[in-house]
Amino acid sequence: MVQQSLRQKLEILADAAKYDASCASSGTAKKNSLGGKGVGSTEGMGICHAYAPDGRCISLLKILLTNHCIFDCHYCINRKSSNVARARFTPQEVVDLTLNFYRRNYIEGLFLSSGIVKNANHTMEQLVEVARILREEHDFRGYIHLKTIPEADAEIIHAAGLYADRVSINVELPTDTGLTRLAPDKNARQIEGAMGRTKARIVQAKDERKRFRHAPRFAPAGQSTQMIVGADDASDSAIIGKASRLYGDFGLRRVYYSAFSPIPDASAVLPLKRPPLLREHRLYQSDWLMRFYGFAPQEVADAAEADGNLPLDIDPKLAWALKFRESFPVDVNRAPKELLLRVPGLGTKAVARILASRRHRNLRLDDVARLTASVTKVRPFICTIDWRPTLLTDRADLRGLLTPRSEQLELF
Amino acid sequence: MTAMQHVSLGSHYAVHLPAPDDFIFWRERARGLVQCDVPPDRVSWIEPGGTGDLFASEGPSRGEKRLPVPPADPRPVRASQRFLTIARSAALHSDPARFGLLYRVLWRLQRNPRLMEDKADPEVRRIEELAKSVRRDAHKMHAFVRFREVAEEDGTPHFVAWFEPDHHIVRAEAAFFMRRFANMRWSILTPRGSIHWDGEVMREGPPARREDAPGGDPVEDLWRSYYASIFNPARLKVGAMLSEMPKKYWKNLPEAELIPQLIAGAQAREAAMVKAGEREERRRPASLAEVAQGAAACRDCPIADCGTRAVAGEGALDAALMIVGEQPGDQEDLAGRPFVGPAGQLLDDHLTHAGIDRNAAYVTNAVKHFKFAWKGKHRLHQSPAAKEIDTCRWWLEAERALVQPRLVLALGASAARGLLGRTVSVGRERGRAIMLDDGAELWVTVHPSYLLRLEGAAREEQARLFAADLAAVKERLAELAG
Repeated sequence: MVQQSLRQKLEILADAAKYDASCASSGTAKKNSLGGKGVGSTEGMGICHAYAPDGRCISLLKILLTNHCIFDCHYCINRKSSNVARARFTPQEVVDLTLNFYRRNYIEGLFLSSGIVKNANHTMEQLVEVARILREEHDFRGYIHLKTIPEADAEIIHAAGLYADRVSINVELPTDTGLTRLAPDKNARQIEGAMGRTKARIVQAKDERKRFRHAPRFAPAGQSTQMIVGADDASDSAIIGKASRLYGDFGLRRVYYSAFSPIPDASAVLPLKRPPLLREHRLYQSDWLMRFYGFAPQEVADAAEADGNLPLDIDPKLAWALKFRESFPVDVNRAPKELLLRVPGLGTKAVARILASRRHRNLRLDDVARLTASVTKVRPFICTIDWRPTLLTDRADLRGLLTPRSEQLELF
Repeated sequence: MTAMQHVSLGSHYAVHLPAPDDFIFWRERARGLVQCDVPPDRVSWIEPGGTGDLFASEGPSRGEKRLPVPPADPRPVRASQRFLTIARSAALHSDPARFGLLYRVLWRLQRNPRLMEDKADPEVRRIEELAKSVRRDAHKMHAFVRFREVAEEDGTPHFVAWFEPDHHIVRAEAAFFMRRFANMRWSILTPRGSIHWDGEVMREGPPARREDAPGGDPVEDLWRSYYASIFNPARLKVGAMLSEMPKKYWKNLPEAELIPQLIAGAQAREAAMVKAGEREERRRPASLAEVAQGAAACRDCPIADCGTRAVAGEGALDAALMIVGEQPGDQEDLAGRPFVGPAGQLLDDHLTHAGIDRNAAYVTNAVKHFKFAWKGKHRLHQSPAAKEIDTCRWWLEAERALVQPRLVLALGASAARGLLGRTVSVGRERGRAIMLDDGAELWVTVHPSYLLRLEGAAREEQARLFAADLAAVKERLAELAG
């Protein structure tokens, strides 16, 4: 085979990594390069250094160490039976790329994953080796996210957490049957076992830091996971239920959803159509409702339609409000925070502003308009001292009034 | 001397700021003016080179430059922590009216200390907006500064960037880059001033021009390759990109020059991705005849272009046993029927010996077309690739759905892949049942052509194992029927 150039390898191995949704670089321990020998800082807030035309942020150098793989997961472009070009980086090449990009301020750090070569342990050792060279030989203090392989030994995964800011293990599919069918080499129990062990290590390391100032950190940005949406027939309710269990059981920072994209050289058992981007968006919105708006998973599931899927034309919060109209209108001058957070169109920031302002004045509709992004969206669900949505909440066609108009027709 | 002596009714004051981002200077002057009870409409705040705020046309000329001196026992000027935080950012905004606005809010804070909580107040709202756009500008500077490496005379690398901020944020953000690149030598040049770090000391420099910055860096080629490869053309969302990376930043981003061609090519690339494995949402065949027709017309994989015909399965529609081979061979292709060649004859012998009636079973192949290579005048069998087996699964699944056998016997690893969707080891899986999705049992054994390739004792041994597998299948069939 002809020797591949670094650039060709980068093209192949970045292309192979683009189906991983996460690119977050936030929420880790603060560190900087003052007093060190290398470069790098993390200050809590992540930075998106560029945006690709797919609307996704580019914060980390997101690549695979290799896309050779002994597994045969149907949804994955790198599966053994796929006919894609293969390439392989040495750990040193990844280190040099990371540092060269970081010094030019292109990235916040590295997100490294890999296909499985030889066996899980060997692959995981290679990933850890990259992180070790960066941290120990170059004193790199930027962000490192390592994908961990659940089949690898616990000690190697532990070493990964000592170097990385964040570790993640993909649950891949929302249901066990989906996983058995589409990822025959993977095992749901094994994945959850590894997530459970990682959680225990994170909790333990936090506890040790409280007692001993120099106790080593373990994955200070926590762990996350990813689920593919649309490759099997799991409904939104099932996905939301699974996500809330994952948040609860494993203390995950984030559950990422990835709309299944048609992949080149796809397996015949998969749907080949446009990825359900809007569905992915609605799932993220429901995720937000659970994490920041005090919705219980069952309440989000209640907003779904009869088939268990969230409506695509309106957001889940509005869907919930339309189903449970007896909770509205909410008086913005008196209602507690929990109820204000339920109003479609009021975000967490707008609610905080309302709570602060109403100590100083009785809010009128104009005031609310200044505090929110769109008063038209909010109006049917609130009362102010000069506004009451007479009959509006009882109208049968309210959904039609609030559904965003589809695109305007072209002139004929 | 009291303050009142200086603040005569109607006098107007002009404060000239030494630098557009000098918050500390503003804070000191504003404190003194409040202590002297100078109301906001009597003060103009003037930046270097600027003409002050909206009233500037009359302000500076009329305004007295000597500011009043606060009384010896000044009353304390108070402002909430929130105001200080917000004002520090808002002071860096490029809006010339910002210092006047800040002074008005500070003035009002003396009477209403909790004014900042009233988010519905238009002036509070306005300084919050100013602060927000300054924070955003700073965040974009952290994100979009792109260093280019140049070698200094002493051989050490020097990283230089050109950036065009909207507001006066350069000095305020120097610390961020110092913390991040503490051990690098770098400079950031902007039209509002420059900062230079040599690894120990930060220096400020005059405004710079784009030409002062280096024109390129070889690493940018790699970065562009990365940018183009990480983009998923199936998820084009240009609006989302533009809201976070507005076009005004593009001219200083090396990767941005690719954006138009990436967008233009996206739909074609996505179509190609779908086309590469095209299998539209087609209707499942409703009868075995439709399977035969459909397979004959199928061009989803390259085997179909070999010029051979599709060999359909044959047998009873209500068969309890389905036997699946790999693919038709030379003779099967000529005859148009499965398992009629040498391997088929060997299979027949073994079936008869095991007491299995071939005519009561449904016999088919994992791949419907014959894949071969010419060797002289002979068509030499070629094993189908995993991808080709997976593509042909559509037809095999359709047959299985129609016949609904209780037990499926896969002959060889290709047949097993056609049924399971993954490659299994025949040696490990033979002799026991694997449950399929619909509850049918899959039994795996070797392909009879494997026996044909062996000789002597090895063939004896394998024939014995093959017969044992068939006997086990026969036994299991009887149990399932019973």
